[in-house]
Amino acid sequence: MLEAQVEPYKRLRDNMSQRDRSLREKVVSLEEAASFVQDGMKVGIGGSTMSRTPMALIWELVRQRRKNLSCSRSIVSTDGDLLFGSGVSDHIITSWFAQGILWGLSKVMRHHVEKQGKRYEEWSHMGVGMRFRAGGMGVPFLPMRAMLGSDVLAQRPEAKEIECPFTGERVLLVPALNPDVALIHVQRCDAYGNAQIDGLQFMDIDLALAADRVILTTERIVSNDQIRRAPDQTKIPFFCVDAVVEVPYGSAPHECYGLYEPMMKHLEAYVQQVNADPVDGMKTYLDRYFHEPKSWNDYLAMIGMDELLEASQRGRSIYND
Amino acid sequence: MTEARNYTAAEILPILSARQLRDGQVVFAGVGTPLLAATLAQRLNCPRLTILFEGGVVGAFVEPGKLPPSTNDQRCTRRANMVLGSSDVLLLLQRGYVDIGFMGGAQIDQFGNLNSSFIGDPANPKTRLPGTGGGNDISSLTNMIVAMKHEKRRFVENVDFITSPGFIRGGTSRHDSGLPAGGMFRVITELAIFGFDEKTRRMKVLALNPGVTREEVQDNTGFRLDFDDEIAITEPPTETELRVLRQLDSERLFIA
Repeated sequence: MLEAQVEPYKRLRDNMSQRDRSLREKVVSLEEAASFVQDGMKVGIGGSTMSRTPMALIWELVRQRRKNLSCSRSIVSTDGDLLFGSGVSDHIITSWFAQGILWGLSKVMRHHVEKQGKRYEEWSHMGVGMRFRAGGMGVPFLPMRAMLGSDVLAQRPEAKEIECPFTGERVLLVPALNPDVALIHVQRCDAYGNAQIDGLQFMDIDLALAADRVILTTERIVSNDQIRRAPDQTKIPFFCVDAVVEVPYGSAPHECYGLYEPMMKHLEAYVQQVNADPVDGMKTYLDRYFHEPKSWNDYLAMIGMDELLEASQRGRSIYND
Repeated sequence: MTEARNYTAAEILPILSARQLRDGQVVFAGVGTPLLAATLAQRLNCPRLTILFEGGVVGAFVEPGKLPPSTNDQRCTRRANMVLGSSDVLLLLQRGYVDIGFMGGAQIDQFGNLNSSFIGDPANPKTRLPGTGGGNDISSLTNMIVAMKHEKRRFVENVDFITSPGFIRGGTSRHDSGLPAGGMFRVITELAIFGFDEKTRRMKVLALNPGVTREEVQDNTGFRLDFDDEIAITEPPTETELRVLRQLDSERLFIA
């Protein structure tokens, strides 16, 4: 459990050579996309905190009752709660884990880590980033200068302190992280998977390059012609992508830059309910909002038209002068 | 201590913190009081202050009344000069572009080490806290200002867990651990302003907040404090500082 589990280079290359990287349409349903994720896989999650979270895919994985996923993300918020609370994941690699700064500690995270033996594997934010970047570069590690001297490092035998062969300085080597599959939500992409991301990109480009498979959910699918008119806006190239799903409001109740801000009334109610009772409160929430709706649109309807419209109004206002 | 005050503890923290910043500096700010203080400084006397956020924002100019709920929200990008990936903005710290890192703290010790990971034994924790976020990176790589509430249980002799390193065990131990740059510069609380001794690297009181006594600071601290030879008394918040602060956080997300 403590070994770094760096993928041997040959295996990375063999996996790559088996991917169909041709320019082809890959639009599928949410249900089909979720089938790329199998029990026990290493799953990288795009976005950060409450931003561009691939919530529709997480929602679908919960509905399909996936198990034992090892998830990694720059920073997790309520998505981490849902992954632990639903039983989908028992291991989360990240740098920060609560519901949001405004709400203090997550009772759900605390319950599962303190009482249920689930693992919250803590790295510094840059540590997570350098692990994805090494994975995306096809090298087994990257050196960095943070984490040294701290107990965060003392908990992480997977990282190695070395003396730099050039300068003799002490540096830290962090192991590459190559998820089996990455889940990333974007504002728009074409049917081939050329993805354009507005605003904050977080670690999504490194994550997409590092993963063996990438599933994109997108607010809308646009034509390849439209992508080609502004290729400088394309942040993830099509050959990294294995499936595309069009899911409007696919990050709800989190935000998607330029389109909607977090749906705070829903989140406040969620936090109150699960922190009051991290087991039954979570079960009630999951049953009502994850298992019972017939579709993602039904789930959005339960969040409510007023909340969606208010979030959209605030989201679009970022472009006001 | 009995005189009427026209400000709260949550308001004096960002105001005194903002006074520590200098125009032209590059500041890496965490969410909450640091973000508020850096934005306040920008509006008061540091118009050329460059604010970085770990979400990937370079040169933010946050809008009054629309403070971001985290440093990864779209509100952080308002009138920014640039947006980058999170790793790339953190790497600016490593390269040395940042003058000041600015964070809140849950628990701090005599050497300025911060704990936001565990209360109790990490192998069997009493409380699992949220963790470092970018805190470890910021405190490892630049000079730090920490703004936090002053309580005995938060000011402890040695933290249970060093999430974000200050001067580790004092003396040269930070440097010897592989962290040659940066370190704790100031700690700001509702009671006092602290610096760190050049040699021992222990926390010492530089200035008392208005109406606060030495005894009050010591009584609320879990270790023996050193006091600077010439203790200053901090000027109370001005009307302008309070007015601008209240405009910035009109939703009262962080100064409630």
